[in-house]
Amino acid sequence: MRIICCGNRERGDDAAGVLVGERLRDLGIEAQTVTRDAFSLIKAWTGAEDVVVVDTVTTNAPAGKVHVWKNAQFIVPRRRTSSTHGFGVAEAIELARAIGCLPARLRLYGIEGKKFGFGNEVSPEVRHGVAEVVRKIAAEVKIPQGLV
Amino acid sequence: MTVRSTKTIRVDTLARVEGEAALYIKLAGERVADVRLKIYEPPRFFEALLRGRHFSDAPDITARICGICPVAYQMSAAHAIERALGLRIDPAVRRLRRLFCCGEWIESHTLHLYMLHAPDFLGYQDVIAMARDHRNLVERALRLKKIGNRIVTLLGGREIHPISATVGGFYKVPSRQQLRNLEEDVQWALDASIETVRWTAALQFPDFEQDYEFVALRHPDEYPFNEGRLVSNRGLDIDAAEYADHFVEQQVRHSNALHSVVRGRGSYLVGPLARFSLNFDKLPAIAQGLANEVGLRPPVKNPFRSIVVRALELVFACAEALRIIGDYEPPPTPRVAAPNRGGVGQAITEAPRGILYHRYALDEKGLILAAKIVPPTSQNQKRIEDDLREYAGRLVAWPLEEATWKCEQAIRNYDPCISCATHFLKLTLERDDRART
Repeated sequence: MRIICCGNRERGDDAAGVLVGERLRDLGIEAQTVTRDAFSLIKAWTGAEDVVVVDTVTTNAPAGKVHVWKNAQFIVPRRRTSSTHGFGVAEAIELARAIGCLPARLRLYGIEGKKFGFGNEVSPEVRHGVAEVVRKIAAEVKIPQGLV
Repeated sequence: MTVRSTKTIRVDTLARVEGEAALYIKLAGERVADVRLKIYEPPRFFEALLRGRHFSDAPDITARICGICPVAYQMSAAHAIERALGLRIDPAVRRLRRLFCCGEWIESHTLHLYMLHAPDFLGYQDVIAMARDHRNLVERALRLKKIGNRIVTLLGGREIHPISATVGGFYKVPSRQQLRNLEEDVQWALDASIETVRWTAALQFPDFEQDYEFVALRHPDEYPFNEGRLVSNRGLDIDAAEYADHFVEQQVRHSNALHSVVRGRGSYLVGPLARFSLNFDKLPAIAQGLANEVGLRPPVKNPFRSIVVRALELVFACAEALRIIGDYEPPPTPRVAAPNRGGVGQAITEAPRGILYHRYALDEKGLILAAKIVPPTSQNQKRIEDDLREYAGRLVAWPLEEATWKCEQAIRNYDPCISCATHFLKLTLERDDRART
């Protein structure tokens, strides 16, 4: 299983995926961090059949809520991409689907964020969400819960 | 009695550009009454941030200006400071810096050409829609971009905002074997770039030419990256130190980025068309041969053909990378010492989008007293508006939606990097002495 954690440590709750990656590595679980554009995400999962992606999402749910979507469930709200800066995980999944390079098994853990200003302050609710995702992934790779 | 109709082309958020901007064009009858490329992305104050910092911080801080062309920022900063300090760089380090630029050009040109610009020519809203019908093009683009990224990562220490380049050279240089490991990939990239030239040359281009003042670096022996005199097709031929005597930045109300003009003349064009038109004879034989094969001869005055020129520059970047990799001998030392010293230095490098000017004034402790950065997009900004003024006038009879798309495409000809351009805000502090007691 390849674990890819996305986000930006300097933009508030957008750090959630990066924090999950750091915690997983602390537990000895291999996890990549992708901070670039969607094309880098496709590059990161190329060659893997079983992939987990972690990122902050906004769906109007309460902050910190953890969403789990599986391959067929991705419902990507198509919006006009305003610039390459807005080309994110959703667009990467769509692009990969279009060119047939989606991993055979792909899950997205989305942690609902609420604040995306400058700085590395992460909302307390989002920190709870980070802990929950770490527990879920650790359970998948069979790390005893007492160690998480 | 004639009835004059008024039409407005308005795009609140430009798509497929780097950064955020809007476009407003007012058509009054057959006449273009107003054109405004509005850059509303907030200013970023990098020049002020640099003041008081040690010169060794400048390459790393300025690399943060852009995620697409951080290498150009590092190179302009390092070269300008090296000139201020009077340093001489080892020839092998200089070649590595050219390789570093090759990687960035491969990444940046691929991103713009395939992902942002190609959908215009093929009639798709974005690259995702394009990918459904042109999977092979997108796969080629992803692999090309990855190869450019490998070069940048190897030389820069990481894939984004590299950290290995410094004043005097690099903190660490690769071994011969590390460069050799790139060779097979770069050879593939060269072949893919040749295909890219042939593919782009077969696209349909609007019949639109402009009488540009092209401005680019020119080096006696090389297609330019980091060195050379600044020249134009209207007689300009200057050293970087003379830049401020010939160019001036102007503030306009509708944009957070400054407009740059040639003193006494007006707008000018930087980037692939300018480089190609002024340096065709410096391209390697393989790129010159391809240009002849597809009927592209300098000067190229149709901005829509910039997609073909970018593809030719991809060929150049891959061929140059292979040449440097093949001849590589590691330098005796990764960098020369950079002592604290007062001075002023200017440098111009060729970012993928055009010339990037840096100027630094240092005190005797090596602290930055003043910094000036003029990115390519602010230099092209007025030229983009001038193009639109001409081009929109030809679209008055078109349905509004199509005319709007065409105008957006005309902006994308320039591959504008708006985030780079918005680093400056002129701040006027107004004081009312009457309120004092």
